[in-house]
Amino acid sequence: MSEVLYSIAVEVNGTKRVGQVSARTSLVDWLREHLNLTGTHIGCEHGICGACSVMLDGEPVRSCLMYAVQADGHSITTVEGLARPDGQLSILQDSFCEAHGLQCGYCTPGMLIAAQALLDANPRPTEEQIRDAIGGNLCRCTGYQQIVDAIALAAERMAGGAA
Amino acid sequence: MKSPPFEYARTASIEEACELLSQHGDAAKVIAGGQSLVPMLAFRLLRPGWLIDINEIAALKFVAFETDTVRMGACTRQCVVARDDALAARVPLLRQALAFVGHTQTRNRGTVGGSLAHADPSAELPLVAQILEARLVLRTKSAKRTLPAAEFFAGPMMTNLQPDECLEEIHWPVWREQKTGSAFTEISRRHGDFAMVAATAQIAVDDDGQCTRVTFGVGGAAPVPLAFPALAQNLVGRRLDKAKARAVAQEAAAALEPDTDTHASAAYRRHLAGVLVSRVLLEAYDTARSAP
Repeated sequence: MSEVLYSIAVEVNGTKRVGQVSARTSLVDWLREHLNLTGTHIGCEHGICGACSVMLDGEPVRSCLMYAVQADGHSITTVEGLARPDGQLSILQDSFCEAHGLQCGYCTPGMLIAAQALLDANPRPTEEQIRDAIGGNLCRCTGYQQIVDAIALAAERMAGGAA
Repeated sequence: MKSPPFEYARTASIEEACELLSQHGDAAKVIAGGQSLVPMLAFRLLRPGWLIDINEIAALKFVAFETDTVRMGACTRQCVVARDDALAARVPLLRQALAFVGHTQTRNRGTVGGSLAHADPSAELPLVAQILEARLVLRTKSAKRTLPAAEFFAGPMMTNLQPDECLEEIHWPVWREQKTGSAFTEISRRHGDFAMVAATAQIAVDDDGQCTRVTFGVGGAAPVPLAFPALAQNLVGRRLDKAKARAVAQEAAAALEPDTDTHASAAYRRHLAGVLVSRVLLEAYDTARSAP
């Protein structure tokens, strides 16, 4: 049985990408398997863990709860899109290294997307706002404290204009 | 798991969506935010032949203020509703309830109409619709009808939406009383999860602190979210204190027949309902009294 294929054109990390997808192909599967953007992780595949978070038109969403065909005409930012154009880590990513905001790394892409979305909207978040922003992202290693520290550090560095 | 195969139609208007629903009937499901529907497909609880996507219909995304009503398009996103200060001034319960709904990532995608049409008995927005007596505008290819929330919810994950109908608008009543207060609370395992039990109330008072209008309800403790209009009516013309709130809450809790599941026993749910109703009644009352 052959499935119907749909043509899509999506701006991914600033570049227009086109593809042919079956309706049931999730956005995260398309990003990982068709575009080889494997930075976005698949954890639970039913909208609980947050590892697959990406930005859709600038707002964080779960890419396992969207079909790729639904992203047609929209813009997506994945964790690969957070680094600087020269490939160096962003301030936020570097702060995760600095504050040991990761261990196994599985939740990290989702945490980074959630944190970046928070800092985009609110450059000086309180600890409570940081915890709320990552409330939809599960981490089984860190106990969250270092992730919260990392995001706070990134906010501080951005405010100070530090590299 | 991955979703089972289906065919997909992105629609540009409610007319187009209704036309497709009339063609495919039971075989089609409308997809709005998909935050509950997609997991159900992933679990293979549903195998629709078609998904009719209404996400790109601009006409289904609006919030319009009228004298006694806020009209809202069914595909209005939860994040948009939560951010809207003018809306929060008119129907404060929406923002209060949304604080308990999912997380940033799900509220960015999830819609108000989707939550109502999904009709999870523990969900927050259906409970608010029930106690405020929201009205739901349902549309087919050739007809339109309006159902009060009480007639819309039919059971757990069940509504009286017909297979060829699409939820188009929600009309939220605005209480014009100057001194109005509302409250929403719930207990769940983790913040953002569906409630084991949720409770909400809205109360208007006069200058002497007597209740002039009362509504309250409980979610998660029955097949549909429940309002208690008769018990609420008993409070009209009276002042509320701790003892009275507790007594009314106990009466409401005693009328519930909750289920036992892996999250909570029936007895615990009934207990929670009593405690939480008492809390929201007092909070709504105090807020109303201290309103200017």
